[in-house]
Amino acid sequence: MDSERRRALRACGGLLAALAAAGFVPPALAQSGAGAWNAAAFGAADLDAALTVLGAAGSVESPDIRIEAPEVSDTGGTVPVAVTSDIPGTDAIALLVDKNPTALSAVIEVPAGTDPWVNLNLRMAESGNVVALVRATGRYYHARRGVKLVQGGCE
Amino acid sequence: MTEHVSEPTRIRAVLTGGKGGDTVEVRMRLVHDMETGRRTGADGKVVPAWFVQRVSVTHRGRTVFAAQCGPTVSRNPQFAFRFSGAKAGESVAVTWVDSRGESRRDEAAIMPG
Repeated sequence: MDSERRRALRACGGLLAALAAAGFVPPALAQSGAGAWNAAAFGAADLDAALTVLGAAGSVESPDIRIEAPEVSDTGGTVPVAVTSDIPGTDAIALLVDKNPTALSAVIEVPAGTDPWVNLNLRMAESGNVVALVRATGRYYHARRGVKLVQGGCE
Repeated sequence: MTEHVSEPTRIRAVLTGGKGGDTVEVRMRLVHDMETGRRTGADGKVVPAWFVQRVSVTHRGRTVFAAQCGPTVSRNPQFAFRFSGAKAGESVAVTWVDSRGESRRDEAAIMPG
């Protein structure tokens, strides 16, 4: 595809829309219903700003969210984190790291039939808290877990 | 700019929960540098941000997992999750799209537990 057409497609508004128009987007992603990549949320610097952009500023701490993460990690580049939500109606789990330059790491959609559990690796710039934010029946809940780093890894 | 060729996502999908179980545990490892845009390269210049933004997994045309990522997901992102309603021999497809608009789709068969 030549660069002129590529530029024109970009101008259509929305990278995914442009890619879909060019026939490049795998159908599953175009239909996933999650909308465009949430640049505002991923660009928010601190935890409170990210929660606000996500519409979760009123989130309540919940003991029904379990976070497994190492107490001490020798590298911040790969911190394994597992989150389980026991809150009924969980349909999304977000991972944030409060001391990272941008707090939001990932947002996971949990469709019906999928367990409210996710395991992933995060980068942490320095010792701090991993925060798991859960959306369930339109309300937000969170839990946090401290991880101490021997060496930071956000670079 | 040189053409970038992406590498396959490693996918392992296994039925769990004993005989007759229809829950699949999926573990995947994407191959992607996940550049944060904050790293200085060997040439002394800042390496531009370049990272997977969206991942989705489908089973028989239905999305069973979807994620939006930022660059603070680790290099070569790994995810694990579980979903129900599948049989051995059926397949799951993992698709990702990154911040440059590159995308990649890989499939794997569901293995018996």
